[in-house]
Amino acid sequence: MSGFLDMGGHAATVWPAYGVTIALLVALVVVSLVSSRRRHRNLERLERELHGEGNP
Amino acid sequence: MTTFGALVRRDIALATRRGGDAALTLVFFVVAVAVFPFGVGPDPDLLARIAAGIIWVTALLASMTSLERLYRGDLEDGSLEIMALSTQPVEFQVAAKCLAHWLTSGLPVVVLSPLMAMLLNLDVAAWWILVVSLAIGTPILCLVGSIGAALVLGARKSGALIGLIVLPLQVPVMIFGIGAVEAVLRGSPVLPPLLIEAALLIAGTPLALWASAVALRMAIE
Amino acid sequence: MTPSFHRLANPARFQKFARRALPWSWAVAVLAIGSGFVWGLALSPADYQQGDTVRVMYVHVPAAWMAMACYGLMALLSAFFLVWKHQLAGIAALAAAPVGACFTAIALITGSLWGKPTWGTWWVWDARLTSVLVLFFLYLGYLALAGAFDDRSRGLRAASLLALVGIINLPIIKFSVDWWNTLHQPASILRAGGPSIHASMLWPLMITALGFAAFLVAILLVRIRSELALWRTEALMRRHTRGAP
Repeated sequence: MSGFLDMGGHAATVWPAYGVTIALLVALVVVSLVSSRRRHRNLERLERELHGEGNP
Repeated sequence: MTTFGALVRRDIALATRRGGDAALTLVFFVVAVAVFPFGVGPDPDLLARIAAGIIWVTALLASMTSLERLYRGDLEDGSLEIMALSTQPVEFQVAAKCLAHWLTSGLPVVVLSPLMAMLLNLDVAAWWILVVSLAIGTPILCLVGSIGAALVLGARKSGALIGLIVLPLQVPVMIFGIGAVEAVLRGSPVLPPLLIEAALLIAGTPLALWASAVALRMAIE
Repeated sequence: MTPSFHRLANPARFQKFARRALPWSWAVAVLAIGSGFVWGLALSPADYQQGDTVRVMYVHVPAAWMAMACYGLMALLSAFFLVWKHQLAGIAALAAAPVGACFTAIALITGSLWGKPTWGTWWVWDARLTSVLVLFFLYLGYLALAGAFDDRSRGLRAASLLALVGIINLPIIKFSVDWWNTLHQPASILRAGGPSIHASMLWPLMITALGFAAFLVAILLVRIRSELALWRTEALMRRHTRGAP
């Protein structure tokens, strides 16, 4: 197990490479989902308001 | 052809009047080249080795200084719309503007480059090749720059934006321009990089004129 | 391609398609990336020359593929947008740009990490790394230009044209950087043509690539829907303020 973590002495190369990849991909997903949710909420609110004004 | 000449003459007059861009571009080029030895040290051998790179990169940056104003005045005073309405294709007028821009910002750099080569201790045998490589390359800098200048018309922040857009696209011209000078220094054939540079100019001109024209039409829509 | 694309160009049909395709693409992405990583990290053998550092290849190479594929996709969509005025295509290109930039950043960072034990420095102006760096700048330019205008659709049109100019330039940049690199050949580059790939290495590579591709599809669908919501909101607001006395 320690041999696996050590990566033949290249732990400082291999693990950061996978770590950075996962971190960037996850960050992209989180940012995209959060902004998507906010934009959809804004759209729904606006549609509700406009609809309410249209048919009082 | 007379409208073409008139457009070129008008832009040259605008660039060369007092406070115009032409003189400033040239002074910028000279001063920026002269700053490099302070950065890398006065060792003549080192300067000779990197002279072509310094002069080319500075020429690239100098061409950038006046780009922002290439079309902005025309957009603001409405001449861009007149250009778009005229019977001549917009590409034709872009060509006139680029020619005038090159004559006032590119040509002076080409003419002055041997002096800068002397300051940086470049081998005399390479001076002519430097001049030729700049003579072929600076028109490309103007043409590619014209695309960037047309794209950012109306943007909130345009100065640094043009650089970000245009600099990566100008890497190939610079590589072959410097490559020609380095070929002389190394004693390898000079013609291949120069011919590739010329090919880039010939193939790039119509593309750049077309792309600039499309971008200009977008700006006035 | 064209008829199905035309059908997708209708936002309502696109939404239906996205709802159906999203769970599948997320599932494939998570499964394939997960198994590709485990395979690459634990099951595949170390390279006889590079030792365990070769495991970086299983993220670096697929990320570089995605970085290039994403730019190609962006340029294709931009062309559809400019020529046939399909707004959805332009919006899809806009949604793809940050994803491509992200994969390009991954390729650059992992390449640099790989470079340390291979070349002895974090960064070498190797032909491939340099080309990917220029590609990253092209992505940044596209995103900066798209965001530089008060009028969103004006920014999208300018950026789409830039994407087309960029795709015409990319082969020239690649060619010039290769030429420049042979001119200034460093002493020795270990992976001139990439390490010779053995079948035991090909599998994790391909599975990770499949996972990245599925991830690209999933995140693109999310981002396109997000952009559509934003554009629709702004269109409604514009129509409303114009309609009001």
